[in-house]
Amino acid sequence: MELLQQVMQQLVNGISLGSIYALIALGYTMIYGIIKLINFAHGDIYMVGAYIGFFAITQAHLSIVPSLLISLVVTGFLGMVVERLAYKPLRHAPRISVLITAIGVSFFLEYTTMYFVSPTPRTFPAMFGDVAVNIAGIVINGQQMLILGITAVLMVVLTYIVQKTKTGKAMRAASFDTETAQLMGIDSDRIISLTFGIGSALAAVAGVLVGVYYNSIDPLMGIMPGMKAFVAAVLGGIGILPGAVVGGLILGIVEALVSGFISSTFRDAAAFAILILVLLVRPAGIFGKDTKEKV
Amino acid sequence: MSDALLKAENVSEVFGGLKAVSDFNFYINPGELVGLIGPNGAGKTTAFNLFTGVYQPTTGQITFAGDSIVGLKPYQITQRGIARTFQNIRLFSELSVLDNVKIAFHSHVKYGMLEAVLRMGRYFSEEERVEEESRRLLRIFHLDGQENEKAKNLPYGAQRRLEIARALATKPKLLLLDEPAAGMNPQETKELMDMIRWIRKEFGLTILLIEHDMSLVMGICERIYVLEYGSTIAEGTPEEIKKNPEVIRAYLGGEG
Repeated sequence: MELLQQVMQQLVNGISLGSIYALIALGYTMIYGIIKLINFAHGDIYMVGAYIGFFAITQAHLSIVPSLLISLVVTGFLGMVVERLAYKPLRHAPRISVLITAIGVSFFLEYTTMYFVSPTPRTFPAMFGDVAVNIAGIVINGQQMLILGITAVLMVVLTYIVQKTKTGKAMRAASFDTETAQLMGIDSDRIISLTFGIGSALAAVAGVLVGVYYNSIDPLMGIMPGMKAFVAAVLGGIGILPGAVVGGLILGIVEALVSGFISSTFRDAAAFAILILVLLVRPAGIFGKDTKEKV
Repeated sequence: MSDALLKAENVSEVFGGLKAVSDFNFYINPGELVGLIGPNGAGKTTAFNLFTGVYQPTTGQITFAGDSIVGLKPYQITQRGIARTFQNIRLFSELSVLDNVKIAFHSHVKYGMLEAVLRMGRYFSEEERVEEESRRLLRIFHLDGQENEKAKNLPYGAQRRLEIARALATKPKLLLLDEPAAGMNPQETKELMDMIRWIRKEFGLTILLIEHDMSLVMGICERIYVLEYGSTIAEGTPEEIKKNPEVIRAYLGGEG
């Protein structure tokens, strides 16, 4: 009975952490879907989002929801600026050039942020510390409820945009075939820009939520979650939106179980072991279709 | 001729050392149905790519409804009223039949992202209109009942029809059809001819088509251009083209 309780508790922790990975992985997978770029700077966009949220809370003394909204809008805009300045000029360049540029953008964001805010980790003010529900011995604390609630809302909004609006349809069309989409009257440059905006906005929310959850942020905080979100996106099948969510949740749960029952030192190893396994067993990911190369 | 809908003057397109199209002169008047024929590699599809902004001409001028379209992006040309289908079908194969058509309404749907997310304003009325118009197009092309099927699961002939339906959803003045009868049997080709005639009248279209099937070209086109090695070797009515010795030598001769 006690074991079951422990497992359930780790599941709650894992789903919370996994929701954060899912939010970051969604941006990864959307951007990959539309321009086939592994955007290595995505984790750093998430970090910038966390800082914007931090300053909105500590300097402007806003509460959590307005801070999230400010971070979402400003970071979304930053994502569009990065795309315009760094990636758009390389639209017809070989993919490796764009990939290297993404690594450059990543360093640029990390060390520019460090210059302005210093490398010292900042402490997020404690929030919802005293809120918690206890269901049969399984504790869901306030931060976890915030994470689950906000993530659920964002996923519903995103699904709705992608499935039901003309912008979402244009995004899906452009990610299948950019050239044909253009011939249907779709301005693909604008759609690519919007995709970066939406992906970055989701990462920003993840950044603020992590700040609230772990209480600490620093300019290099984006590296590891960025990699993990990439693993999540590959696990679910890169380019596929529900895949990113499922991949993120699985990754979060595995990490929580490994931390809880083996040792937290192994949790990163577990994440990357998953990547290796996926690449060996099912390279297209859970939702991906195996496309056999024609010989 | 000065009021031609689409006009190309001395257009050349050079890829590396290869002249895909050279000194191409072309016009199509409003309401006309014109055919573009020629052996493989004659530059027919290159001409379509030039007209739709996929390629930019190396030299020469292209005007649509009196305005130059050189330098415009493909989506801008589509918004001005040129739509096309493809030789090798290029549907959004993983999306539903209905969504394929809805996507092509893109530039005619008037609501912003904010209106959509807040589920207010013109969002509902516009979505309803697009849905209705899309279903109407699908009915015309006998694709009703298959709205929710993935485009890739349709039979070949139906995919060809869906491509035309999708092109019409952009509300073109000029429709470019790239080998619409490719892979069709004689019966299907005959039905296609009737359909092309009908949509031309119903939508008030000007149509330019590339086709290898001579029964189709000679049967419905009012005027024909014959290309060979990137140059026009003949232009005229089907009767004139059939008798033209150059054409017989270059194109019809070999096939009888």
